[in-house]
Amino acid sequence: MFKVLLTRLGQAALVMLVVSAVSFVMFRYVGDPVASMSRENASAEEKAELRRALGLDQPVVVQYGRFLQRTLSGDLGISYRNQRPVTQLIAERLPATLELVLVATILSLSLGIPLGVLCALKPNGAAARVVQALSLIGISTPTFVTGIVLILVFAVSLGWLPSFGRGEVVDLGWWSTGFLTLSGLKALILPGITLALYQLTLIMRLVRAEMIDVLSSDYIRFARARGLPKRYIHFRLALRNALMPVITVTGLQIGSLIAFAIVTETVFQWPGMGLLFIQAVSFVDIPVMAAYLLFVGLLFVLINTVVDILYAVVDPRLRARSA
Amino acid sequence: MNRRLIFGLSVAMGALMGFAAEAKTLRWSSPTDITTLDPYAHTESFTTSMLHHVFDPLVRRGRNLELEPALAVSWKTVKPDTWRFELRRDVKFHNGNPFTADDVVASINRLLDPGARARGNIATVTGAQKVDDYTVDIVTKGPYPLLLNDLAGVYIMDKEWMEANDALKPGNIATGVTTAASTQANGTGPFKVESYKPDAGTVFVVNPNWWDKPRHNLDRIEFKPIKSDATRVAALLSGELDLIAPAPLQDLQRIGSSSGFKVIEEPSLRLIMLSLNFRPELKAMPGQKNPILDLKVRQAMWHAIDFEAIKKRVMRDKSRNTGTLVAPPVPGYSKDNDGPFGYDPEKAKKLLAEAGYPSGFKTKLNCPNDRYINDEQICVAIASMWTKVGIQTELQTESRATYFPRQDRGEFDVSMVGWATLPPMDGFSVLASLLTEQKEGYGGSNASTYSNPQIEELTRKAAVELDEEKRRAMLVEALKIARDTVAYIPIHQQPVAWAVRDGVEVPQFPDEYVRLWFATVK
Repeated sequence: MFKVLLTRLGQAALVMLVVSAVSFVMFRYVGDPVASMSRENASAEEKAELRRALGLDQPVVVQYGRFLQRTLSGDLGISYRNQRPVTQLIAERLPATLELVLVATILSLSLGIPLGVLCALKPNGAAARVVQALSLIGISTPTFVTGIVLILVFAVSLGWLPSFGRGEVVDLGWWSTGFLTLSGLKALILPGITLALYQLTLIMRLVRAEMIDVLSSDYIRFARARGLPKRYIHFRLALRNALMPVITVTGLQIGSLIAFAIVTETVFQWPGMGLLFIQAVSFVDIPVMAAYLLFVGLLFVLINTVVDILYAVVDPRLRARSA
Repeated sequence: MNRRLIFGLSVAMGALMGFAAEAKTLRWSSPTDITTLDPYAHTESFTTSMLHHVFDPLVRRGRNLELEPALAVSWKTVKPDTWRFELRRDVKFHNGNPFTADDVVASINRLLDPGARARGNIATVTGAQKVDDYTVDIVTKGPYPLLLNDLAGVYIMDKEWMEANDALKPGNIATGVTTAASTQANGTGPFKVESYKPDAGTVFVVNPNWWDKPRHNLDRIEFKPIKSDATRVAALLSGELDLIAPAPLQDLQRIGSSSGFKVIEEPSLRLIMLSLNFRPELKAMPGQKNPILDLKVRQAMWHAIDFEAIKKRVMRDKSRNTGTLVAPPVPGYSKDNDGPFGYDPEKAKKLLAEAGYPSGFKTKLNCPNDRYINDEQICVAIASMWTKVGIQTELQTESRATYFPRQDRGEFDVSMVGWATLPPMDGFSVLASLLTEQKEGYGGSNASTYSNPQIEELTRKAAVELDEEKRRAMLVEALKIARDTVAYIPIHQQPVAWAVRDGVEVPQFPDEYVRLWFATVK
């Protein structure tokens, strides 16, 4: 068991090293920060001096070495645009993104599971067909279109909900939350739906497929034959078993929700990490971009490692094979 | 409880609520955010324009962009290189500290610190000396006619506050230096910063002790950056904002036709032009002589572009075509220089033939696609117009992030440039940056290596000419030579377009600054 843990952690470290190298090298080529940081009137001497101050005149290998050394010591650098430590910026933006992701996850689970069950129990019913058709639209509409349509309907035409921002937030120590004010809760609805839509369809379809699969298995047939109540069969026996893969997928999806909230955050001017990243790209703010990529890489590596280890704990067969 | 007390309380409450209902708030949005509250840590014009609400310079731009007294009431040159400023009395900073000569000296020194990003904005100033509490001398490297223009961009900070908050040294993006001034501001301006949250919003409240008589009726400004064009427009139309600046061109019609909203627009100072490669060979034709070195070819390129078509189809009639390199309000502009070169494809073909290129030549055209208004579409149009007269044009567009560094390195044959002459708002900036060779601090953006001995000489003379009339004549002469030799091909002045809800009156300025101390809301 210990050996499994060690190899998994070793692999995770290796992956992070590759991510750091890729993020570093890639961002050397996205543009030149000196150009966006200089005055329009700047002279050639001024630009060269700035380049020196940023360490951009050094060979790439030296720059990478410094980058790695600083990163390991927890210093992700100073944002060119905001002039503040990147770690501080990310810590500030994290609550906004996590709250949005939480709302999106709750929305997609609380709607996706019942709808999936509905579609599995009455696959030919009118309701199931409508839901199925709508889910196709949900999965194929680009996020920014969904967001803009929601804004036009609920903010511009009806005037019920705000079109951008987080509303009023309450600071609880280092965590700022929008859950405690009415305007904060209102502001969560539209971006929450926008972000949830894809995951909702995914969960619905997964639940449906798993349920249909489970419902045709032998033990359900036996249960039916024994005359157990339908409700007990469907929800206690079938749904429980169908939910196992859903939980795994939801866990992994949370990682990608955080990483890909970029579009939703841009459309709704949601002051989270996605917006931070997009602003960094247009300003060629290399420290922020690199840190963001590292953070997302770390998130995926962590989730995957934990999932793998949990599997190994739960399923002794996996342990035996890899050990 | 005592009845009288209850009565008194309810009256007080009523008065308070009445006051609250009267409070005028202006909510506005732009795609970019305030970079920092430290006026010397950056060089970006949007942030500069925002900070002008909080800080005052010694001299400022008035309603018609003329230079007028602000924290200084008068000035004179005591020696060619020394200017004496008489300061305004009874001015207080937001924290109550009095404004004196010490603050000016400390501010200038802070800006002159080698660590200040914005020190290039007063490149010619060497120092400031206190004469008495309300008199300051500012010393320049030799005679310098544009000192007042430069000082209009230097916001005065409070010396005592800087000492107390350990902010005497400026912040800087490059070295990562941040100080208390990066997130707090203590100025003398018409508004105070109440809160500053990057990407989420900044709130300003009125400064009741401002030295100037307010021409606005605002109590509060809520600034909220919204990057997405569609969301910004939607937020205005849904009533969550009072002003969006800038408003996206593609939405102007829709906003203007919605009841309760209006679009305001005027030509900006920013001129869009094409920069031409004056190196020995073109990237598109390696190993051959550069055809663009021939004046006739450059004239042909100019005659081949149908500027009216670009104005009508691409710019929806919002731009102003121009034949010179500065906008009309800028010193150096002359009507004689501005006449159109004329769209004449036949003449263009003839000129190309005379120059020895009867079947044209190959060139590349590079443009940004996210910097100027409709930049990509303009270049698509130009490429097809040139191809029609035989100049086979290979168009490449890319994001500003990669485009400008490549332009800086001189990698382009023909490329798009925008120039607004800011911050000095003077034609000299075109001469010093675009038309002179890259040396001695000149030619900062002349990567295409255009050079003309007469312009070099005029630029150096104009730099030290204190007689304004003579100086302007030099600028006009140099810009005429630039036009006659087709140094650049000017395209148009791009528009500034804002949108407001009815009841909001905001004057617009061609330098694209938002000056809300002239704004009123109903």
